[in-house]
Amino acid sequence: MSSLLELRAVSKRFGGLTANEDVSFDVEKGQIVGLIGPNGAGKTTLFNCVAGSSAPSAGTIHLNGQLISGHTPEKCARAGVGRTFQIARTFHGMTALENVLTGALLRERRVPRARERAHAWLTFVHLERFADKPARTMTISEQRRLAVARALATEPALLLMDEVMAGLNPSEVREMVDVVLNIQEKGIACLIVEHVLEGIMPIADKIVVLERGRKIAEGTPAAVQADPVVIHAYLGDD
Amino acid sequence: MTAELLLQTLASGVLIGLIYALVAIGLTMIFGVMDIVNFAHGEFLMLGMYSSFWLFALFALDPLVTLPLTVLMLFAFGVLLYKLVIRRIIDAPPLSQIFTTFGLMLLFRGLAQFFWKPDYRTIENSVVSGSVHLANFQLGRPQVVAGIGAIVVTTAVWFFLHRTKLGSALEATASDKEAARLMGIDSHKMFGLAWGIGAACAGAAGGLLSTFFPIFPEVGANFILIAFVVVNLGGFGSVAGAFLAGILVGVIEVMGGLLIGPQYKMAIVLALFLAVLMFRPQGLMGKAQ
Amino acid sequence: MKRSTALLGAAAVVALVLPFVVKDAYWVNLAVLALMAAQIGAAWNLVGGYAGQASLGHAAFFGLGAYTSTLLLTNFGWNPWLGMVAGGLVAAVLSAVFGWSCFRLKGHYFTMATIAVAEIVQIVFTNWDYAGTAVGLSIPMETQGLAAMVFSDKISYYWLALGLLALTLLATWAVERSFLGFYFRAIKDEPDAARSIGIDIARYKQVALCLSAFFTAIGGSLYAQKELYIDPGSVLSTALSIKMALVSILGGVGTLFGPVIGSVVLTVIEELSRSTFGGSGRGTDTVIYAGLIVVVAVFYPSGIVGWFKERAVRRQARRDGATAEEAHAAAQAASALAAPTHESTGAVS
Repeated sequence: MSSLLELRAVSKRFGGLTANEDVSFDVEKGQIVGLIGPNGAGKTTLFNCVAGSSAPSAGTIHLNGQLISGHTPEKCARAGVGRTFQIARTFHGMTALENVLTGALLRERRVPRARERAHAWLTFVHLERFADKPARTMTISEQRRLAVARALATEPALLLMDEVMAGLNPSEVREMVDVVLNIQEKGIACLIVEHVLEGIMPIADKIVVLERGRKIAEGTPAAVQADPVVIHAYLGDD
Repeated sequence: MTAELLLQTLASGVLIGLIYALVAIGLTMIFGVMDIVNFAHGEFLMLGMYSSFWLFALFALDPLVTLPLTVLMLFAFGVLLYKLVIRRIIDAPPLSQIFTTFGLMLLFRGLAQFFWKPDYRTIENSVVSGSVHLANFQLGRPQVVAGIGAIVVTTAVWFFLHRTKLGSALEATASDKEAARLMGIDSHKMFGLAWGIGAACAGAAGGLLSTFFPIFPEVGANFILIAFVVVNLGGFGSVAGAFLAGILVGVIEVMGGLLIGPQYKMAIVLALFLAVLMFRPQGLMGKAQ
Repeated sequence: MKRSTALLGAAAVVALVLPFVVKDAYWVNLAVLALMAAQIGAAWNLVGGYAGQASLGHAAFFGLGAYTSTLLLTNFGWNPWLGMVAGGLVAAVLSAVFGWSCFRLKGHYFTMATIAVAEIVQIVFTNWDYAGTAVGLSIPMETQGLAAMVFSDKISYYWLALGLLALTLLATWAVERSFLGFYFRAIKDEPDAARSIGIDIARYKQVALCLSAFFTAIGGSLYAQKELYIDPGSVLSTALSIKMALVSILGGVGTLFGPVIGSVVLTVIEELSRSTFGGSGRGTDTVIYAGLIVVVAVFYPSGIVGWFKERAVRRQARRDGATAEEAHAAAQAASALAAPTHESTGAVS
């Protein structure tokens, strides 16, 4: 039985620069996989390849057996890839509810029904009190959760989250962790790029470590944390 | 069609192209540094022309002599405009930015018409009047001098950007605003500088043009669209690209007029513009989008 | 919001009653001009206001509509009502041609492409014998009446213009409530995020443009039937393109009634400055017009409607006990066009 997401030998080059080199790993249905690594390791680039913002220079990416590498972002979304960005990019001209509604419209064209679903997703991320408030009035942490709700409304099989916990205070991190676990309960897999290790390590089923574009480790959080190769990558040559 | 006619057309195309290049360099710099499209750029040229004209009409000073003064005044005007208006729309949505510079364009034209009337003016009998004879054809001396002047100013700008500290700071801001800021470069100062230089270049072009081109409030309209085409063809943000593209567009425009018909000159240039936008939006030397 | 519905009702009543109360041809004509400006402003608003694609070349569609219906009438005897629809379709189809190539481009590029296309269209028509070149075309006025869409009195044109405006606003309202409305707004605010939730931005930008072109062209046909004469200078000029956009910007882009309000205000200002200063030929009316554009663009990017919304939010926040700063911030946030709070600045492409 094949995995939900399969990356095989994915490489991405920009001119002379190699951002990703020969990266392969799987994400199973409903798994939480953390993607970590020092700065410049190529994590966001890899994300962009999975989400369709870039096309890999080599290698393939399959979702549910379907080839998605090289497709447009909207096609990937339709295939079941949801994503958030490092900058929340909520629709500032809309209320919070309308933001999520727009996501729900992918699967439900009728606005009243989409609105109902949007309400549900907004409640799911504990933001229902912002339903009719402009998205711009929300804090950065709230906007991040709103973006998650918006992505969830497209009913993805896999949700890509790019540094959702960056810059959050400890209670906000806990809130986000809560949301991620609830997402897992819904059967949606999560691939999470994260620097805030205390947020991702406790909840991930698997960790993939990138360094300078290559995968250097893959395994349970405990195994990865103890791996000397990983420790070396993070701490450098001292 | 004789070889002489062809050569003469080609030469005049290069000469006017150099002027286009000078105007475009100012425009591309503004875009490169702050990502704002200045629809009012043609009006800097217009003001440069009027500056030359009034100094000539009132004080009998030759445009070539007053060119440095014109350039300085337009530089100051550009910086002032930045401080008063442009600074406020740096982070505004693109539509607001477009309409602001568009509104300024109309405003300057209207003010010029109000103060100086819509009459066409010319500068007669300046130091550079007359023609230059080359081989079997002749070119207007003002045009030749203007072309040389454009090369001189362009070279000065290039030296400034690549050989001075301030110029390097400007280039740094253009390529990565955030990184430049982290290095301690004041973005606002750079933006003001970009507007000043942009206005100065267009003003210089105006001063050079005033020796042979009619001066009237709407004259900017003739050049702004072409300036966009040049900036687009050269690559938004690339000064070298604007220079090459300017000459290219000048030649294409004039040759097109000769081969297809003068009434279609503008259409040819515009078609080129669309073609570049469609098939190579980054132009000759710009960054890929 | 109950207040706005009341205002809306009042405006509708005024519009319906006006021709019975005002008889002076000058004022009726002014009202017709305001209605027509509002209608094409509303048409522009579909793609420029809601979808955020700032076209400054919409006169091309206006002219296409005017020329199509006029040529079909004078050369083939087509009924102007049919010609009007045909003109709309022609414009919609042709909008697909350049949308296909230009929509992949970032904001400024698109705007410049629209200016270039409109200029090319104007040059083409100026040199095209079949379309009358620079001399233009006339519409015969022997046959009059509803079927011929030619009237001797201004009042009939008033009803026609009002009807077309109502139709355009109805279409806008329908779009606003449907999934299209949300998709347009998403494309305007955050095109990359829109793609990430499955929106094919190229396709929907094109939809917006087709709709906008259709209604703009219809306005062009109306103009032709009213003025009974068209030429490139009057129906294809860049000045016209600016006006179409300005009407919405002044009133409030992306709002249903913004174009109407903007049109009324603009028509009044234009007429006032023209009658006070225009005769001198010194361009004073241009200066006022241009000054207005700059002030609105810099200080009131959400237009008149946006300004009222902000004021209402500010008042409400004060009533809820907020401080002056908090109220101001809330008002700013409510303004749909205020610059977004990005976590880092800089143009992201």
